[in-house]
Amino acid sequence: MTTLLEVNDIETYIGQYHILQGVSFQVKKGEVTVLLGRNGAGKTTSLRSIMGLNPIQDGRINFNGEDISKLATYHIANRGIGFVPEDQGIFGELTVEENMKIAMQKQDDATLARLDKILTLFPDLKTYWKKQGGYLSGGQKQMLSIARAYLNKNELLLIDEPSKGLAPIVVEKVMESIMEMKDETTIVLVEQNFRMAMGVGDTYYIIDDGRSVDTGNMKELADNEELKRKYLGIA
Amino acid sequence: MLTQIFILAIFAMSYDLLLGYTGIVSFGHAMFFGIGAYSTGVLLSRFEPTLLWLIVSMAVGMVIAAIVSYFVGLLTLRLSNHFYAMLTLALAGLFLVVAEKWRSLTLGNDGFTFRVPDIMRDRLSFYLICLLLMVAVFFLLMRLTNSPMGKVLVAVRENEARTQSLGFKTIHYKLISSVVAGVIASVAGSLYVMSLRFVNTSVFALDVTLDALLMTILGGVGTLIGPIIGAAIIEVSHHWLTELGKFYAIFERWIIFFGILYILAVMFFPKGIVGSLREIRWKRKPSKVKTKNKNKRIAG
Repeated sequence: MTTLLEVNDIETYIGQYHILQGVSFQVKKGEVTVLLGRNGAGKTTSLRSIMGLNPIQDGRINFNGEDISKLATYHIANRGIGFVPEDQGIFGELTVEENMKIAMQKQDDATLARLDKILTLFPDLKTYWKKQGGYLSGGQKQMLSIARAYLNKNELLLIDEPSKGLAPIVVEKVMESIMEMKDETTIVLVEQNFRMAMGVGDTYYIIDDGRSVDTGNMKELADNEELKRKYLGIA
Repeated sequence: MLTQIFILAIFAMSYDLLLGYTGIVSFGHAMFFGIGAYSTGVLLSRFEPTLLWLIVSMAVGMVIAAIVSYFVGLLTLRLSNHFYAMLTLALAGLFLVVAEKWRSLTLGNDGFTFRVPDIMRDRLSFYLICLLLMVAVFFLLMRLTNSPMGKVLVAVRENEARTQSLGFKTIHYKLISSVVAGVIASVAGSLYVMSLRFVNTSVFALDVTLDALLMTILGGVGTLIGPIIGAAIIEVSHHWLTELGKFYAIFERWIIFFGILYILAVMFFPKGIVGSLREIRWKRKPSKVKTKNKNKRIAG
């Protein structure tokens, strides 16, 4: 399996704080790679660094063999990397329709087919099609955020804690949508909900104190109680 | 008074494009108003006050405003909002100082009078021209803000980083907004000095920008119709308070009342008149749609 994304020993500062102090991981094409770790370990910063939102000070990020470390965010997005941020990034004053339209890079048949598929999966978005994004519930906002990312044929999707603060029924929906996306794109997922991570993930990387400390197959991690207790706080 | 309302409404709408749609807080918008004002004043005072020279003077103002706003934007729009606001304030101050010192052209703060074409001397025709221009600017900006580009401007205002991560080079959109707003402000400046047939350095003053800010906030930011309402309220209040000043001395200090109004509007009415009404409507609207023609609408 070919490597789509290669993150090599990246270091990122936010203000005076040295957040990432050597994070490395590889993402294979067609897989779901899960970044795990406690709160504040550096998972979200890793995704933001890949997108250029928190530029790296050291290290290298290769996407499809090209060094994207120094590129501006919009160039990185246009290379085919979609991002679903932790805070959903919904444009509150735009309607659901406008939020979707703005994310649409093309309006071809394939995109419209994906739109139909995602609206079947998230019928709430259809119901509130003309409603402003700011008036949606937390779950609906997350659905919209994922739907926007799914619309375009991105080669890689970075999804940050999609289940955070959602009701179990919505988490199921979100998980279902990620499974759908998995067939078409490669995913890097940051997730605290271990059950969800287990359900969708192929490979895991554990990040602790701004460093990647362990990697392996998700199934192996399920049986490794010591690792789970040490780095994830799961008893 | 209605003519003044129309002119100030044009100016306030241009400010709304910056503040309401793109989220750019500028304290130097008077700079473009002043450029339009001086272009018209200087050219009409030095050449024959014909319709041709009037059009040329307005066009010159628009071109200079476009160039200045482009370069000011290029230099400043990459900065965070606070620094941008401070820098535009400094640049507007610079223009004011240049206008004060360049006495051979501007006669400094004393200013100068000039003649205007006959069609502009007739009150009714000038009123109608201002009304027409206000309506034209309104529809032009309405079209711009309802276009896909306008939606990107709103997205930039709400979350610039997120807009970039959707693949948009946001600085381009901010520059377009800044140039369009600058050009429209220069048109308002040209009309304003034509209504007075006099121009002095007060057109570059901070008060001019603050008036636009107050009109926009009071009427409702990001609504376009709001700044027109705001301009009407401010202009009518100004007129009444000045009249009342003849009977009660306190009303001679009408600017104090505007200051209080500004504080109250920001504290209790941040979305302004139109913004608040729209919010009530959005909250009520369930906006369920049939899905049958959904794809058509998206593609259209």
